Amino acid sequence: MNIHVDMSICLLHGQCVIAAPEVFSFAEDGNLVWLAECDETLRASVEAAADACPEQAIVIDG
Amino acid sequence: MGPRVLIIGASLAGLRSAEAVLAAVPDAQVTLVGDEAHPPYNRPPLSKETLAGLVAGEAALDKLTFRHRLAEDAVTWRLGVRALSTDAARQVVHLSDGGVLAYDWLIAASGLRPRRLALPGAEERHVLRSVDDATRLASRMRPGARMLVVGGGFIGCEVAATAVKLGLSVSVVEPLAQPMLAALGPEVAAALAGFHRACGVDLRCGMAVTGAEDGAVVLSDGSRIGADVIVEAVGSVPNVEWLAGAGLDLSNGVLCDATMTAEGSDRILATGDVARFPNALFDATPRRVEHWSIPGLTARRAAETIAARGAGVEPPTRFAPLPGFWSDQHGLRLQSFGAPGLGDEVQVLEGGLAALGRLPCLIEYRRAGKPVGILGLGAAPAALAQHRARLERALTETVAA
Repeated sequence: MNIHVDMSICLLHGQCVIAAPEVFSFAEDGNLVWLAECDETLRASVEAAADACPEQAIVIDG
Repeated sequence: MGPRVLIIGASLAGLRSAEAVLAAVPDAQVTLVGDEAHPPYNRPPLSKETLAGLVAGEAALDKLTFRHRLAEDAVTWRLGVRALSTDAARQVVHLSDGGVLAYDWLIAASGLRPRRLALPGAEERHVLRSVDDATRLASRMRPGARMLVVGGGFIGCEVAATAVKLGLSVSVVEPLAQPMLAALGPEVAAALAGFHRACGVDLRCGMAVTGAEDGAVVLSDGSRIGADVIVEAVGSVPNVEWLAGAGLDLSNGVLCDATMTAEGSDRILATGDVARFPNALFDATPRRVEHWSIPGLTARRAAETIAARGAGVEPPTRFAPLPGFWSDQHGLRLQSFGAPGLGDEVQVLEGGLAALGRLPCLIEYRRAGKPVGILGLGAAPAALAQHRARLERALTETVAA
């Protein structure tokens, strides 16, 4: 499963970091970082993160 | 065939309810009824970037429409149709197109509509709830136009901030002593009032609009404000009329228990803005919560309830979703977790309210000495995430105790 975050619309609400901390986090400099590819076992939490994004910036591929 | 699940309301709560029901009960026959012609779309940007985009001539719905995981034929869509009435004994809902839909489970996800003012003398007044509202309002927002916003809640303040940025001359009239007072408390609300004024908003608090004549609005102190564009942002009314007579408590939304089941009918549930439910994180008082995260959380809860009851077991009774809201005003991000409105005391954890908009500020709200909410004003998301985790732990300990 591939994860893409559209950084042109992300406003750093951080809801994905809350919903799926295994996948999304804040770097030292405050930017959002995430696993571009992740295991199928994380699908539920990645989907929860995509749902929770107020800007709907997270796209799951595959 | 699985149970017939009828969802009234096709916005975020309706969409998430459909997704959650199909995830929990894959053979459910789901019908989504929505009074807007548009498929489900995201509302928070309407008062902010979408409004600015519409003024600049951009299309709105391309960006707003939710990407969702429903297969093409997974649900029956009935868009542009309103629910008129419910016969709970026969388990049917009557629709505005003459249709009658039977249900095994009925989910009320019918949301809110803007409260309207009686203001004779000002015929064209705007509200902001739907994309069509935003499109109408944007068509009147020309640089230099005088906008009057009635109501200094979040929507009113966001519209005012967007309009100032677009070069309008903006007044906000708020009946209470400060804007956003109930949600943020007097200290923070007073600081935000100063911030709005510093950003160019003519903010008049403790004042009501009493009338309108000759292109001006008259306030309760007798003063007049000339207005080319009038926006009413005076709160919302739950859409529950279609449930009258179903034996429910509709005094402020649909009263539910912690399984999202409506008091008065075990076949009717409610999700999203219209649901009034108790939250174990705070107390036993049922409340409606107009936060963006609540539709998704209540939808999953309702789906669990339907799945459990369908399987002949009782669903879990503890429901403790952490609320959270955000707002953007004049480039300042407000982000909150928990329930600041329940606090009786605030403590500034970082920064200071005097430097609002220049330095990050973090505020904790407490009730009877215990944390109930956290608010960031221009605060770093990473710092907020840490405080959110701490708050959730503290609230959960309170529940356990």
